[in-house]
Amino acid sequence: MRTPTLRTGWAILVFALVLLPLPLLIKSEFWLTWVTLALFYAYLGQAWNLLGGYGGQFSFGHALFFGTGAYCTAVLQIHFGINAWAGFVLAAVAAGIVGAATGWLVFRYGLRGSYFALVTLAFAEVFRILANTFAFTGAGVGLLVPLQPGAWQMQFESKAGFFWLLLILVVACLLFTWWLQNARFGARLMAVRENEDAARALGVDPFNTKLLAIIASGAIAGSAGAVYVQLFLYIDPGIAYGPSMSVEALLVPIIGGLGTVFGPVLGAFALHTIAEIGRLVFGEAPGLNLVLYGVLLVLMVLFLPNGLFGLGRFGFGLRRRLQRKGGANA
Amino acid sequence: MLEVAKLSKRFGGLVATNNVSFTVQPGSISALIGPNGAGKTTIFAQISGFHRPDEGDIRFEGISLVGLTPERICVLGIARTFQIVQPFAGLTVRENIAVGAHLHRAGRKAALDHAEAVAQRVGLGPQLDKPAAALTVAGRKRLELAKALATDPKLLLLDEVMAGLNPAEIDEIIPIIRGIRQSGVTILLIEHVMRAVMNLSEHAWVLNNGGLIASGTPSQIAADPQVIEAYLGHGAAERMKAAKTEAQHA
Amino acid sequence: MLEFSILLPAILNGLTIGAIYALIALGLTLIYGVLHIINFAHGSLLMLALYGVFFLHSLFGIDPYLALPVAAAALFGIGYGLQRFIIGRASHGKDENILLVTLGLSVIIENLALYLWRSDTRTIETPYSFEVLDFGVAFIPVPKAVAFVGALLVAALLWLLMTRTDLGRAIRALAKERQGAKLVGINAEHIFAMSFGIGCACLGIAACLLLPSFYVSPQVGHAFVLVAFTVVVLGGMGSFVGALLGGLIIGVTESLGGLFLGESLGQLGIFLIFIIVLLFRPTGLLGQKA
Repeated sequence: MRTPTLRTGWAILVFALVLLPLPLLIKSEFWLTWVTLALFYAYLGQAWNLLGGYGGQFSFGHALFFGTGAYCTAVLQIHFGINAWAGFVLAAVAAGIVGAATGWLVFRYGLRGSYFALVTLAFAEVFRILANTFAFTGAGVGLLVPLQPGAWQMQFESKAGFFWLLLILVVACLLFTWWLQNARFGARLMAVRENEDAARALGVDPFNTKLLAIIASGAIAGSAGAVYVQLFLYIDPGIAYGPSMSVEALLVPIIGGLGTVFGPVLGAFALHTIAEIGRLVFGEAPGLNLVLYGVLLVLMVLFLPNGLFGLGRFGFGLRRRLQRKGGANA
Repeated sequence: MLEVAKLSKRFGGLVATNNVSFTVQPGSISALIGPNGAGKTTIFAQISGFHRPDEGDIRFEGISLVGLTPERICVLGIARTFQIVQPFAGLTVRENIAVGAHLHRAGRKAALDHAEAVAQRVGLGPQLDKPAAALTVAGRKRLELAKALATDPKLLLLDEVMAGLNPAEIDEIIPIIRGIRQSGVTILLIEHVMRAVMNLSEHAWVLNNGGLIASGTPSQIAADPQVIEAYLGHGAAERMKAAKTEAQHA
Repeated sequence: MLEFSILLPAILNGLTIGAIYALIALGLTLIYGVLHIINFAHGSLLMLALYGVFFLHSLFGIDPYLALPVAAAALFGIGYGLQRFIIGRASHGKDENILLVTLGLSVIIENLALYLWRSDTRTIETPYSFEVLDFGVAFIPVPKAVAFVGALLVAALLWLLMTRTDLGRAIRALAKERQGAKLVGINAEHIFAMSFGIGCACLGIAACLLLPSFYVSPQVGHAFVLVAFTVVVLGGMGSFVGALLGGLIIGVTESLGGLFLGESLGQLGIFLIFIIVLLFRPTGLLGQKA
């Protein structure tokens, strides 16, 4: 029990150390952006994995939190001149509050499965309509964040700054997930995922447990929205609350492996490799990348429900079984 | 320790529990018996907070449990097992038991150590790192017991932990339950395996169609052929007598 | 105080669109009742049906109402195939996996439509597009009146199918007692697929009734899916009468909301109902306790 736990810790350290010098080694702007974006989606996927992978609550509208964070920081900066770093923190808080409200509404009656997926999707859609309506969110036109280069406004002179920022966030999330796997809260969250009634019989309060998980997940997704805004300097209702972000947020951990520490990171890099190949083969056309995502989602669930990590585990299991068989024959 | 008073519960037109009263003494092992559908599990569900009684009261160490959530009742010191076992299928045996152990232990190491100790106690030691889904029926029954036991309950409600086990497996689990009682845990069990009831319990209540129809020591109940024939089925009196003599020989 | 003469047409208009909502929600609730999952591809499949009816009209000049049997049969086939060969095989013992697959399918269908037909909004013109019926107090466009009557008729037929036929009995048996139904020899996979097919056939019919007075675009599913979800939650998941009642209530709410608050905020009235139902009666008006 101790060993695999420690191994995860070492893996996180190695991951951090390998990626740290990357901006100094990669000269191509294209590839640095590519890795940076993969890290961004890993971060968003980590948020989803917390609630979906460990808590078993599948959100179909994580854009709800992402978009809230993005708009929060953009609106604060444009209308109130609030610093982007402060905006980053406030975005996480705002998205956490939205998460708490959503969770309170749904989990109070023990509604799960279809209901939860439905409510998150519906809320994201409603927020899209709201953002499309009001002037202070720029309505349908969206918001352009003024260019203020400099680390103090979270707009780094070079892509390397964003890379390092996201690397820190991803590693922080890895550490958090690692802690979760070895903490009472994580044990309770997984127990609720596996069997809510059995968890209650052992004194676990499923409502509080799920509520904490959705707040944490929402806050992380919201902070991802804040980073996105500084990275692209633009947000509109479609990007913020549209289905694209929601699908990526869930696809990343599903491809990598639900409820695993490294699943979202693995999934994000795999997904963006596939997406890049898709762009090369089919060209840039509106909608096509999402068609690919949809196909991937269906194929993963049909054939690899445990993700790429599940494939690894299956591979190891098979090898061990073959070895045992071989041993018996010999 | 546990006082059930005038408990009633209806589901639509069906009266599942009809004016049931009984008291469980601290440190005892007692049993609720009766034919299938008599309403035994429904009483457990009401004690443990999964169903709210329509009428009556349930008091545990003086505190009324009516209206409390299952998790709150567990914190008060009552743990239950489920007749249809409810393992956390995706977790290992150790992790399963640790969920219960965490009730009074915040630290992971303390919880895992306690889980291991409990597993040894119920004979799951060799299976600690297996996924719960890979256990046999007997293993799952033991896991159900271990999870509940890991919460350090004062009162343990065991819902047919021996159903589906073969005689050898039953012989293994009886001393385990007796050992749990000796460590100071009060036990109330629902059981169909008469040999186990005779062997373990000091007191038994017979339930039929939602209502209590008899109460006494197992031998008193066994000695009441009318009750046995009427409520445990034809020929049950003979079976119980046989079980009793066997218990005496043991 | 608003004039009665403004209010009444708005209510009538709401009832006509509400009947269509009810029809779409009936398909959704039928699938939910049997499979215990929400079909997240429901909106996209409606959009697909609308395009089908649109192209039948624009390419071959087939009137949407005449296309009804074709659309219903085609959507039934699509639904049956999807459930039998994709959705039904995805569960691996977890309902969440089925949800994910229907989400994946909706993403595929919607974005394929976006790629193939661009995001243009398309409408058709029929001889009766601008005909109106005069009810004295209000005018109702003919297509909307047809849609209203048609949707209620289909709902009635569906009711008969569910209560009076062997297929309906098998579906209800499977919805209630999965294991038991399998034990008495009901071919569960076939019946699941039939239910999904019938649920989708409702969409084909809805598309035919809708198109003469509506439009089609790749995103059109969105507008309906949120509404259909709300209808099902309001009526109670799995409840037939609830879906019918919910559809009409939502239709009127939307129409009145649009009258008082304007088009885009009118939609929020629906959302308000959604939240209120979740707050106070999460099992819906006629739903059973979860």
